[in-house]
This record gives sequence, C-alpha cells and structure tokens, in this order.
Amino acid sequence: MNNALSKPRVAVHKFSSCDGCQLAFLNLGERLLVLAETVDILHFAEAGPIDEDAMVDIAFIEGSVSTSRDAERLKRIRENSRYVITIGACATSGGIQALRNMHDSGEWLAGIYAQPGYLDLLPESSPIARIIKVDLELWGCPVNGEQVLAVTRALLVGHMPHVDQNAVCMECKRQNVVCVMVTQGKPCMGPVTQTGCGAICPKMQRDCYACFGPAIQANVSALGAHFAASGMSAREIAQRLLFINNQAEPFLNSGMQWQSQAAPDSTTSPGIKR
Amino acid sequence: MNRQRFLPRERFQSLIDQLKAAGYDVVGPQVRDHAIVFDALTKVEQLPIGITDEQAPGRYRLEKSESRRCFDWATGAQAIKPMTFVARETLWQSERLPGGGISFHDTLTETRPVAIIGVRACDLAALSIHDHHFMRGAHPDPQYSQRRQSLFLIAVHCMRSAATCFCTATGDGPQARSGYDLVLSELDTGFILEAHTGRGLDIVLQMETEAVTAEQTEQADAGILRAARQQHRTLPAGPLQEKLVSAVEHPHWQTLNDRCLSCGNCTAVCPTCFCQTHVDEISLDGQQASHVRQWESCFNPDHSHIHGIVIRSERSHRYRQWLTHKFGTWEEQFGRSGCVGCGRCITWCPVGIDVTGELAVLCKRNEP
Ligand code: SF4
Ligand code: SF4
Ligand code: SF4
Ligand code: SF4
Repeated sequence: MNNALSKPRVAVHKFSSCDGCQLAFLNLGERLLVLAETVDILHFAEAGPIDEDAMVDIAFIEGSVSTSRDAERLKRIRENSRYVITIGACATSGGIQALRNMHDSGEWLAGIYAQPGYLDLLPESSPIARIIKVDLELWGCPVNGEQVLAVTRALLVGHMPHVDQNAVCMECKRQNVVCVMVTQGKPCMGPVTQTGCGAICPKMQRDCYACFGPAIQANVSALGAHFAASGMSAREIAQRLLFINNQAEPFLNSGMQWQSQAAPDSTTSPGIKR
Repeated sequence: MNRQRFLPRERFQSLIDQLKAAGYDVVGPQVRDHAIVFDALTKVEQLPIGITDEQAPGRYRLEKSESRRCFDWATGAQAIKPMTFVARETLWQSERLPGGGISFHDTLTETRPVAIIGVRACDLAALSIHDHHFMRGAHPDPQYSQRRQSLFLIAVHCMRSAATCFCTATGDGPQARSGYDLVLSELDTGFILEAHTGRGLDIVLQMETEAVTAEQTEQADAGILRAARQQHRTLPAGPLQEKLVSAVEHPHWQTLNDRCLSCGNCTAVCPTCFCQTHVDEISLDGQQASHVRQWESCFNPDHSHIHGIVIRSERSHRYRQWLTHKFGTWEEQFGRSGCVGCGRCITWCPVGIDVTGELAVLCKRNEP
C-alpha cells in the first residue's frame, strides 16, 4: 500500500458504540502522534478530522449496525477502503446492545420512549461482518490500543498481522499471575476468552468476563459444566455467557442452552441482573 | 570434613545476610495473591511462616497453622522455571541502515548472581531436564545458559506432601539428591544445612552454626519419610512410551475432547515444558524490529500449524500430544519421563483434569 508519493491513508469510523475504542486509540498519546506522521488520518471524529467518504487504505470501524442508515454508510465505507478492520466488541460481535436481539425490543422501547416511532431502529444490533466483508477483527471492550498499533504496523510494512487468539490463561501464566479460579473459586471466563488485553482482570485478582470474545479453541460447554458443578445456577452461567459478546457464536449457542434450563423469571434478562 | 551443620531458627536471617554479603540477589518463597510464589527476599519474616497448602485437582488454598516453619508447604504456583526459561524475552533486534541493508545485534545483558532459597527436589529434577534441553548439544541457548550459570541453589527437603504430589512415583523426591549448592532440612527448632559444593560450604563456614545431633538427623529423616508416605497418587508401571503409543486410538481420548478446555495452564505450570513461539515486533516507523520469544503450549492450535494446516485440530489430539510426549516419547528424547511428579498440572488445571487418573485408564491393558 506504500507508494512513493503519498502516505497510507487511514479512517476511523463510528457506529453504535460508546466511543471507548476510539478513546483507546487516543490514549496511545505520543505513539499516536508518531503514527500520525507515517499515515494520513482522514477521518476520525473523536480526534478532529472529518471526511466520512474518504478513500483510504485502512478503515477501522467501531460500533455495531443498529439503524438502516448505518447499513448504507457501511457499504460505502467498504467500497472506499482497501482493508476494513473492526475494533472492539460492538463492531466485532454486536456488543452489549445486541442483548436486544434475543428479546422483543419494541416492548422495551415503548417502556422508555414516549414516541418510539421517531427511532429508525433495525430489529437487531449486528456485527460489521454480518453486513460487509471484514479483513481483520480486533476484539475487546475496549480494544487494546497496543494491539491496534501492532496490526497497523504490520499492514504498513506489508505483512499479514498476527492476532493471538489463544486463551487469556496463557497470558496469566506468562505474567506470573496467580489463577483466581483455582485459588479463590471465582468463575473466570479466561479459559474460553481470547487473549489480547494482557490478562488485565486476573492481574487485579478478579475473574475475566470475556470482553475479548471467544478464544479460538474455546470449549464453552466444558467450562459451563464446571461452573455448574461449582454451584452456579443455570441463570448465572447464562448471564456469564450472554454478556458483552453475546452474539459471538460459541457464547450465544451455549448461553442460550443454559438460559433455557434456567428457572423462568419474566422480570430479568440475560446479562441484566436486578 | 562433616558438611552438615545446624542453624537455630533465630539465626536463619544470617543465611540471607551471608548470601547478600557474597554478592547474590536473594529470592525466596512468599505469599502473594493467595499462593506461594518466588520473589526478592531480604527478611526471614517475608517467608510463608506457618503457612500450609491444601491442594486438589483444580484447587489451591493456603492455611495458617501454629507452626513456625517456613517450608511447611509442598509446591507453589510455579517452580523456578520463570527464572531460567523466562516467559517472554527479546532474543535479538534489527534495524535498517541509512544506506540500505539491515544490521542485527543480540540483546544479551549482564545478569546478576541470584541465590534461590527453597528449591524442591521436583524443581531440581525439572531443572536438570531443562539444562539438558537448553544447554547441551551443538547450539546452547545463550539466554538460558547465562541465567542458569548465575544461580546459587538452596534446596529444601520436603517434609510434607500435598495431595497432588507424586514424586515418589517418578523417583524425583521428596528428598533433594543433587543439583544444588546447599540443602536445608527444616526442624521445629531450626535447620540442618548441608553443603554440596565448595561455594556452598564457603557460605556455611561464614555462619555461626552448631554440630548436628543424632536426634536432629533422625527427625529430618522421619520428616522426609512422612512426606513420602503422604503421597497416594501413582503412575502405571513404566516405561510408558510403548503403552501410550499403542493407545493412540483409545476411545478415552474422546472424553478429554469434551472435558479439556485446551487452555494450556497445565503446560505453563509444568516445570519441564519448554515450548516457545517467536514473534517479530516492528517499531512504529518501521525502522527497527525485535525478535521476541514467549511461552507457547501444545494446547494452542497455532502450535501445530504447518503449511496452512493445523495438524492437531481437535482438543483430544492436543491432549494426547501433551500426555504422550510428557510421559511417553520423552523417554526416547531425554532418556527419562518428562514428569517429575510435582502435581502442578493437576492443581492448576481449572477443571481439575488429573494426569495420573487419565494415564491409569489409558495404560490399562485388556479392557473389560
Ligand atoms: S485467572 Fe482466569 S484467565 Fe487466568 S489462568 Fe486462571 S482461569 Fe485462566
Ligand atoms: S481479563 Fe477478560 S474481561 Fe478483563 S479485560 Fe481481559 S478479556 Fe476483558
Ligand atoms: S506433568 Fe504435571 S506433575 Fe508432571 S512435572 Fe509436569 S506439571 Fe508436574
Ligand atoms: S488439561 Fe486442564 S489445564 Fe490442561 S489444557 Fe486441558 S483444561 Fe487446561
């Protein structure tokens, strides 16, 4: 993508999301400035430049597709971009807002908005790859800015970036973090979650809640069975799985099974504990 | 001369002080985040005094006792592997030269001499396997060799086994037999010190110690015997290579496909596992690259990714690789089993898969 005359062109687009992944970019501080010298950032609303229809080499996309206008805009981005890379849980798996995919969200809207008719809302919150072809998916809520940088660097020098999709456990052990599941019985999702964060939560002595999505080899049913054997209810296990990455297949399939075994309770939804 | 001397408990600090005076950074076991880990040691009070460990498949808990002993626990979260085969390190760096071309340079830096207090018999047996793997042969590993040669090892005989320990089955413990400078036998009143190297003896001679009584020797022997008798896990009669290789189609592997998370924890805590992967990290401006190696596991699909194909694509294949190599084909490679009986893979497996139980099923002939 490097031609002698111009620098590689980059855009950062936002869809339905909290902006946290764009902030992870901004939090790179000085390194973002170094990056800005090697590329032209044409569109990045959170940071300043706005040119939504720019032709670019790399388009990063934050957020999920929730409205019909979103879907149209996304198709234009695909046409204008050489590589499309999703950043974060929303763009990659639909995000926390995709919890409504499993419910009658119309009912929820009617309960909150006086005139829900003004909302242009698709029945589901969709990950980007459900609408257009995606070249690379980066997970996390939010993404790890270092991982985004590493991927960008690899593309800039012209080789396919390597994204480690093995379990968070590997990273715990590499960093000499003591396992919270084995020592404290906490229901850690690390064994089925993709590494990438640097095992942030276990490092703070808390259990991973799978914000980086499923690991490549995830055996979700075995972990669920272990949680059940340790005394967790089917509902609690379903809530553990149907959370930030509820639309990621291994979590969705297993989560729905646990959900169907849970005692009926019309006042709660998976992932929302009252 | 008699190399055994007695060090009363009140004077244990003098061992740390003496090692420091001899120029070593001292490392020893201590409690962190609900487990025993090795860390920098300056004061005896940092040691896990009166702490015992309760271990079971997938379970590790520390308990407080009335005892004043410092080594009344069996094994911590890791052996000393992270100090010799470190989990992530840069092996070399390269950079583009202004006139074109690339320069390469290694990243070896000086290491300080380190004395480790509290090394167990199983840790030593594992270390000797790693020495063989990393240092013998045509291409010794410079990083490993350098760190290894800077170590001064103070072993401790185990006087208590955890429920997961089975070093008597592998023949590697609970008594430390070789590969250390000094060894401690901990009694209620203090420690029997025994030097096994000249530099170990030099340290002992600098300290104010007493003659060892016959009663103290008896107590130490009884303690080691007690630790051995506490063990109840066993291994099928060896050698296991042939048994495991002939069990390659055993239906039991399929149950592991269902139970194993393929998370790699067992390999990461195993003191003899040495697999690694290498990645290149490129600087933002594309002018420099660092060649980094990090711990890898045969439970990761990438590990058998060759020419576009993952050879061990099923979890059961990967579990079979781990068990068959560790307990079987390791014999051909290193002349002994790859297991030293520390039990860590059993304790630190999040779902408590027990290698001794799996082996018993897989190696049983003439299934009913
Ligand atoms: S704390 Fe969680 S992620 Fe870390 S090793 Fe334990 S189970 Fe795996
Ligand atoms: S440990 Fe798990 S929940 Fe925590 S940041 Fe990492 S992937 Fe997300
Ligand atoms: S296989 Fe298990 S018991 Fe044997 S040395 Fe490795 S971690 Fe310890
Ligand atoms: S045996 Fe246990 S620790 Fe090893 S990969 Fe399987 S689940 Fe993880």
